[in-house]
Amino acid sequence: MTDHSVLHDTFRIDRTYPATPSRVFAAFASQEAKDAWGDTGDLEPADPGGDSEFDFRVGGRERFSHKWQGTSFRYAALYYDIVPEQRIVYSYEMYADDVRISVSVATIEFAKTGDGTALTWTEQGAYLDGFRKDGTTEMLDGLTRYLQPPAAN
Amino acid sequence: MVERLSQGPASVSELGKPLARSLAAVVQHVQVLEASGLVQSQKVGRTRTCRINTTALRSAETWIAERRTLVERRLDRLGGYLARTADTPDPGWVGGVTRAVQPAEES
Repeated sequence: MTDHSVLHDTFRIDRTYPATPSRVFAAFASQEAKDAWGDTGDLEPADPGGDSEFDFRVGGRERFSHKWQGTSFRYAALYYDIVPEQRIVYSYEMYADDVRISVSVATIEFAKTGDGTALTWTEQGAYLDGFRKDGTTEMLDGLTRYLQPPAAN
Repeated sequence: MVERLSQGPASVSELGKPLARSLAAVVQHVQVLEASGLVQSQKVGRTRTCRINTTALRSAETWIAERRTLVERRLDRLGGYLARTADTPDPGWVGGVTRAVQPAEES
């Protein structure tokens, strides 16, 4: 029984930093800065010196691969909107062992506050095939249909 | 059937009782659930016992929660970096005037 499904999830994280929007934005805008704060610090590169790219402009791409718990993950992003010191909007795909597992849209907003910058990170993701938010509910629905008692003769 | 299993493992005959279906039909349904990965079953002697595969049920929520956690950790590291580099001068993006970055040329 092949069953394709999509699960949607959105999360939003708010942080404030005692730094100007200019400096916070700059941390996202160059590979050098991203390496300096360890944007991907958790991740073990799948292929050191391998296929990676960072082209920070509208229409530019960012790609890298990493390993986690024995699986190879590939990340491929496309920048849609970049407003310096205000907003970055990009989409990204995640692959696990070359199978696409999610497609997401991420928005990072920077707002000047009295003391520094309010950063808002919003991500909306479509998680594909096999990621079920509430497997029990879906299986029960399927079971209910499947187990309809045959019409009495 | 899944509700019953969520209370604990059960044999196929126990599962069939409230459903008033034949054992063969229940076995077939269990096979469907096994194929989906939601249920695991094991035959010991003449009894087949089924249990929910809690790993499968939790994997989606775990994965999605992990996505959020990874971002939280990245933003923690960003805070540390900004504190360490507090003395660096402002990059000054276009003198404070914001403008959209020009789209990359399509080659």
